[in-house]
Amino acid sequence: MTAITTAAPAAAETSRNLTRTLLIGLLLLAAALPFLVGKSGFISNFTFLQLSLMIVYAIAVLGLNLLTGFNGQISLGHGAFFAVGAYTAAILIEHCGVNYWLTLPAAALICFVVGYLFGLPALRLEGHYLALATFGLAIAVPQMLKYKHLEPLTNGVMGINLLKPDAPFGLPLSGDQWMYLVVLVVAVAMFWMARNLLNSRPGRAMVAIRDHTLAAGTMGIDTSRYKATVFGISALYVGVAGALHAIIFEFVSPDSFRFELSIAILVGAVVGGVASLPGAVIGGIFVQFIEKYADAMTKKLTQAIHLPLELQPWTLYGITLIVLIYVMPGGIAGGLAALWARLRRPKSG
Amino acid sequence: MAPLLEISGLRAYYGATEALHGLSFSIAQGGITTLLGANGAGKTTTLRAISGLVRREGSIVFDGRPIDKMATEDITRLGVAHVPEGRGTFVGLSVEENLKIASYGRRDKSGVRRDLDLVFTYFPRLKERIAQQAGTLSGGEQQMLAISRALMLGPRLMLLDEPSFGLAPLIVQEIFQIMRRINEEAGVSMLLVEQNAALALNLAENAYVLETGNVVMAGPSAELKNDEGIRKSYLGY
Repeated sequence: MTAITTAAPAAAETSRNLTRTLLIGLLLLAAALPFLVGKSGFISNFTFLQLSLMIVYAIAVLGLNLLTGFNGQISLGHGAFFAVGAYTAAILIEHCGVNYWLTLPAAALICFVVGYLFGLPALRLEGHYLALATFGLAIAVPQMLKYKHLEPLTNGVMGINLLKPDAPFGLPLSGDQWMYLVVLVVAVAMFWMARNLLNSRPGRAMVAIRDHTLAAGTMGIDTSRYKATVFGISALYVGVAGALHAIIFEFVSPDSFRFELSIAILVGAVVGGVASLPGAVIGGIFVQFIEKYADAMTKKLTQAIHLPLELQPWTLYGITLIVLIYVMPGGIAGGLAALWARLRRPKSG
Repeated sequence: MAPLLEISGLRAYYGATEALHGLSFSIAQGGITTLLGANGAGKTTTLRAISGLVRREGSIVFDGRPIDKMATEDITRLGVAHVPEGRGTFVGLSVEENLKIASYGRRDKSGVRRDLDLVFTYFPRLKERIAQQAGTLSGGEQQMLAISRALMLGPRLMLLDEPSFGLAPLIVQEIFQIMRRINEEAGVSMLLVEQNAALALNLAENAYVLETGNVVMAGPSAELKNDEGIRKSYLGY
């Protein structure tokens, strides 16, 4: 018994150190990637754009995760904050000539305020009702961007075209490679901040509110202020993701941010693993991957197994979703953690 | 001596529905008082009204200060600790984190440390489970955690909402004995809501019987316990 109790923390420590070393190594490799590849074309610019989009969606999924996974407030409308962030960046660059990286804090600030203000009335709503109210946001915001009176600013349904910034300091990188680096650095910073937040007292208060709001109140936590603030922080994350999306995609339009985007972010959060930081990364990959490849894979699969009936696009997506949720109710991150725990457990025990 | 808590004309509402119709009662300094009554009599609502968890009207004076307009977190800071119905465990946090949540608003680090040690003298079992995720504790342990969390607020009055609910008789006995110790040793006054009237009357000195949002009976526990009529109509044994 004593042997176990003394060995367990040491083992946990080693495992933590190993994870950290692995993570840092992986991130360094990811950062070195564009320099290693250079202009050889071994990894295309299009692939770098895809990788950037994955990371952008990971930030968005993380934002929703802070709200839903760690604070227990559901949102079917985070695509709206994504749109607000994207348009903030696009308008600032197009009309004010602001440097692209300055648009990130601007989008963060605006989305925090919008999210906080939406979070205040949302305090009165819970569960299904909050889901519906936020869904309304997802429906309304793209339409609002089309308003005639906003047209000088938003350019209406046509949207705004942007130009991808070039790599600075004469770095031997393409625009896509450079923006991939920018996105990576921003993502690492935002995940790091989220981790620190969650490990702090406010982070524990967030989880306490999720687990039992009434009891959290009786513990002296101002639950209303917390919930509205978390709504703001969550919107901030998604807004920064939106701004990055606008810059790397070089285009914003109301129809880029339809309500499907809100659903995609929520699906990413659940499939990746609710209340899990690695889950947010997996969720981001899932969002981007599914959007691009679900159709192609459905067609390939139909041919491969000579299905007599024609599978409609998104069929595979739907089936994947059902199977995943059934097999891994804790998301992919939760499923992997459970698998890892099972593998590590000694067979005798 | 002035009462610790004095309530008069207390009304409480769920939406448009009035659940309490002008309750009045008071709690002495240092004692244990119990609220008895059938399901739906308004016991839980009374505790929630004191803590500001439901909309309420009327006068609630705690230790000479009116608290009927205050927010829950401010009432908590004054020294009123609510142990909610169903324990209110933060299942995703560890036992230690559950306990530390309570000290969120406190600045005195040494006081927090002292209270943590105090909690472990009452509930040594929680110390063994300190790193365990709270959701994996047994029902009895979760009730111990709920009381401990309330203790971590350094309270003068504890509001206990059915601490015996769903627990085995032996565990209930253990918890009630510790509640008495907390009352006597730490000087924490208690307002106890219970379905189990026999149990509550043994612990408390004074009792109020509620019926559909009104006080219908009040007196020392010993008197209520021995009154045949009261026993049959309100206490069900």
